[in-house]
Amino acid sequence: MAVVNLTEIVRNRKEFIDEVEKHGGKNVNSCYQCGKCSAGCPVSYAMDYQPRQVMRMVQLGMKDKVLSTSTIWLCAHCMTCTTRCPREVDIAGVMEALRMICRKENRPIRERKVPLFHDLFLDIIRKGGRQHEFQLAARYKIATGNLFQDVDLGRRMFFQGKLRLFGPKVKGAESVRKIFEKCKELEGDVQ
Amino acid sequence: MRYAYYPGCSLEGTAKEYDLSTRATFRALGIELEELPDWSCCGASSAHTTNHLLAVALPTRNLVIAEKQGLDLVAPCAACFNRLVTAQHKMEQDARLKGKVEQVVEGEYQGTVKVKAVLEVLATDFGVEKVREMVTKPLKGLRVASYYGCLLVRPPEVTKFDDPENPTTMDALVEASGAEAVMWPHKTECCGGSFAFARVDIVEKLSNDILAAAKSNGADCIATACPLCQANLDMRQKAIEKQFGTTYNMPIYYITELLGLALGLEPRSLGLGTHMVESLRLLREKELA
Amino acid sequence: MCWCGSNIASTVDLDRVQKAVEKLTNVVHVEQNKYTCSEPGQAQIVAGIREHNLDRVVVAACSPRMHEKTFQRTVAKAGLNPYLLEIANIREHCSWVHTSVEEATPKAIDLLRAAVAKVIRNTPLTTSTIPVEKRALVIGGGIAGIQAALDIADAGHQVVLVEKEPTIGGRMAQLDKTFPTLDCSACILTPKMVDAAQHPKIRLLTYAEIEEVGGYIGNFEVTIRKKARSVNEDVCTGCGICWSKCPSKAPNEFDCGLGERKAIYIPFPQAVPNKPVIDRENCRYFTKGKCGVCKKVCPAGAVDFEQEDELLRERFGAIVVATGYELFDHSVYGEYGYGKYPDVITGLEFERLINASGPTGGKLKRPSDGKIPKTVVFVKCVGSRDEAKGFPYCSRTCCMYTAKQAILLREKMPEAEAYVFYMDVRTPGKGYEEFYTRATEEFGVNYLRGRVARIYPKGDQLVVRGEDTLVGAQVEIEADLVVLATAMVARRDAAELAQRIGFSYDQYHFFTEAHPKLRPVETNTAGVFLAGACQGPKDIPDTVAQASAAAVKVAMLFSRDELETNPMVATVDEGTCSGCEWCKPTCPYGAIDIKTIEERVGKRTVSRRVATVNTGLCQGCGACTVACRSGAMNLKGFTNEQILAEVEAICL
Repeated sequence: MAVVNLTEIVRNRKEFIDEVEKHGGKNVNSCYQCGKCSAGCPVSYAMDYQPRQVMRMVQLGMKDKVLSTSTIWLCAHCMTCTTRCPREVDIAGVMEALRMICRKENRPIRERKVPLFHDLFLDIIRKGGRQHEFQLAARYKIATGNLFQDVDLGRRMFFQGKLRLFGPKVKGAESVRKIFEKCKELEGDVQ
Repeated sequence: MRYAYYPGCSLEGTAKEYDLSTRATFRALGIELEELPDWSCCGASSAHTTNHLLAVALPTRNLVIAEKQGLDLVAPCAACFNRLVTAQHKMEQDARLKGKVEQVVEGEYQGTVKVKAVLEVLATDFGVEKVREMVTKPLKGLRVASYYGCLLVRPPEVTKFDDPENPTTMDALVEASGAEAVMWPHKTECCGGSFAFARVDIVEKLSNDILAAAKSNGADCIATACPLCQANLDMRQKAIEKQFGTTYNMPIYYITELLGLALGLEPRSLGLGTHMVESLRLLREKELA
Repeated sequence: MCWCGSNIASTVDLDRVQKAVEKLTNVVHVEQNKYTCSEPGQAQIVAGIREHNLDRVVVAACSPRMHEKTFQRTVAKAGLNPYLLEIANIREHCSWVHTSVEEATPKAIDLLRAAVAKVIRNTPLTTSTIPVEKRALVIGGGIAGIQAALDIADAGHQVVLVEKEPTIGGRMAQLDKTFPTLDCSACILTPKMVDAAQHPKIRLLTYAEIEEVGGYIGNFEVTIRKKARSVNEDVCTGCGICWSKCPSKAPNEFDCGLGERKAIYIPFPQAVPNKPVIDRENCRYFTKGKCGVCKKVCPAGAVDFEQEDELLRERFGAIVVATGYELFDHSVYGEYGYGKYPDVITGLEFERLINASGPTGGKLKRPSDGKIPKTVVFVKCVGSRDEAKGFPYCSRTCCMYTAKQAILLREKMPEAEAYVFYMDVRTPGKGYEEFYTRATEEFGVNYLRGRVARIYPKGDQLVVRGEDTLVGAQVEIEADLVVLATAMVARRDAAELAQRIGFSYDQYHFFTEAHPKLRPVETNTAGVFLAGACQGPKDIPDTVAQASAAAVKVAMLFSRDELETNPMVATVDEGTCSGCEWCKPTCPYGAIDIKTIEERVGKRTVSRRVATVNTGLCQGCGACTVACRSGAMNLKGFTNEQILAEVEAICL
């Protein structure tokens, strides 16, 4: 890692930490780097930085660096870390907050497929009120260009009656759409 | 006993046997379920990584409907359950957020409805002992690893259900059904959840760890109470076996399927037989179906 | 008026205060000093009194807790009664809590106006004296209590050492070796135990507890419950036939339940006194009504099934509290198995497992199957530095005892691998850092920086999962034995004991010293002193140092034949006392009694009940004056009239 110029970064630290806490990350400054979060994290092996290191980057105000990690996208939100943290830091909540900030600021995303999936997921709800797994799978395949992922599985699921070709009908779909609109209005980016 | 019922999107599709078996088992026990009228998606697992307000608003729309219905709400899907109780918790902690959410969903949220997981209704409200008394076909000889996953038990101050490190509710129900609850250490390890699409490799690694632990501790099958867990362990099992060069052939049941069976219900009526890993053969081998 | 350097002067405009105060009625002379507590500052007060013929003095400076005594002596030097002085606290109550001069200055004026209003109502008070009972009570027979008792006794005073277990020795007796010198704990402790037992000035009361404490410094009255030992100590020779023949077994507390003892037992071979006790809950004679083997075999006829608890009432001049600590109960850690994995043990259990007098005869065998462990993982900070599941404080001793245990493991069994999970290694003691360095360099102990997330069984082993935060990767160890360095915590009955004796404790139930730096062995209750881990986590060197310090405090107290009493005590105006007795239950010190007086009403003599204050017991808290409905009760130096005058001076 390149030299981190703390003089510059620390100046804006408070602002960044406030932003993270505003988006739902709790007690960021309480972290004392014990590593219990990372030790128990099921996905840690696939991350470029340990969750503990992400916490440190937030504490120091290393905004650019932390928002470019794969870690924030690979958090499975299993909340093992939050449950075990001896300092009662909501680490999973910090990960969520960092994703939101990353998207809000239209920054490049390390694990692009992860938010792509979430976008499609939410788009279907926004339009129909409920999730429709067949549509989600189909649109995800088209978007990633990986048309043959899990084709065999899909076929078998279809014959077991687990994939419905047509989405559910929700009377209140309109009201769900309105919820999305208002959230966007009040909090900015929704997808 | 009567509850409002929030099936959630998965139970309309990939987890339809969870829906079937929950309804059938509850009926057999005499617990009435009234489907929440015009329910909508809770937003799991995407809203909470995208927009703070949306993550609370989507479940709240359903909570508001449930409050009008005036019944406690059963959410069989662990992800739905978690989003619903998280929304409640966040609004309880933050009155300003509650106000904002009410404005978004155009309804008043009172906090009068208690959201419950299927396990809680069965084990606590109805009672393990009563379940045991009503069992007509004990699942003798079946060795079950109870798998709770993340979302039912974490974080404990929000879910307020069982123990985050070693939960036992499902094990008690398994024992009540006449089967043997296997002691194993991976009850609340993560299966990879919604990474089934974007990072299949992660799901396969984590689910493999879980399947391996269940097998090495002597389980014939795994019981779940979450459509995501079930889907990852069941649908991905073949690919996992190929990837890691091993064989599990381990059926992944919903706890309600096992209970329904023990209550004497027809396997087909519980949706058994629609799993990706053949689920009836083991039961036939043990002369349970 | 004191500037206190810039402490007061930078926030309070003292010239403005002086102008305002000079105008007050009764104020004759006002002056300022940079440091009033300095010798020139005090000399100026003396000169002022003489020059202006003053009969009252107000010093506006720091808290009376700091310098009230100083200035009382100053005015006494000029011939005034020391109680004709008032302090206006314009530092802690004013300059330190305000940032604005505009806010602090009027407040300082108010505080001075109140002090002036009070001081003109002050009356001369005189102290009286009480005799000192030169006997000390030491509660707790661990190394702290033993050291304090020996030092007080060596100073020539009588000591009663009360221990609730059947033997003295405490936790230190359970330890194998001690850091940083690795000398055998029993080898250095047992001589002191024997000294305590044989010292002509020390009386040991083991298997005894404190029942009640009354009285005050110099004159405590203590009731001690001597629990029924079921063995006549005066007759018993400690020959050991009884416990060798006893047929009932129970887990041995001294071995943390890892081994067994008989129902009639001594906790360990070097127990002092070497007299057994019958554990009635596990004794066949007491549970089933038949057996009595011990009684039959005892050559001295010492076994006494009929023995009952005995209550002893004793007088003491001082009390040293040395009740020690307990270990944190790690069963709250679900991720470490809720205390249910037999091979996840505490540090103290490890001590017993490697100790020659322990259940395995000093050969390290793990509890589950007696297998000799090849891989041992030590986990530090269990229950400490963890506000979620334990306590936020650092337990202070764990870094060192873990290093010691890892060294002992590698020394005894070089083929075994030792891993230590730590967050920090804290070694602030003489020779401590060097000791830790030996653990890593000489003994090859693997130190891993990170907190363990989870321990779970796999086959007959335990998987320990942590992060090596220095590498930034998850690490996993398949261990045969896991040793948790559980925190030192206050004893579960600590708060109750503190309440019974009447001193304070902190939020963790450790006993509170009178001042964290300058009065580390005193409590806020005069005559009660602290030693050892009951005051906070502490290792042996610090414990012994504190115990000796407490002993010096006791010896200082006993160097005087009489003590001056506080003259600021409650007093009753018998004329207005209605005899309602409300004050009596209000008094926390039992200082109020009711007496009958006779007075003449017209031509008759009538008798009437009124309250009376025992000035020896009264601590001047003032609770009775508030309870008194007729206003007959008053606290000297803080009379109702004086307090109201202060209030009026501020509010009117």
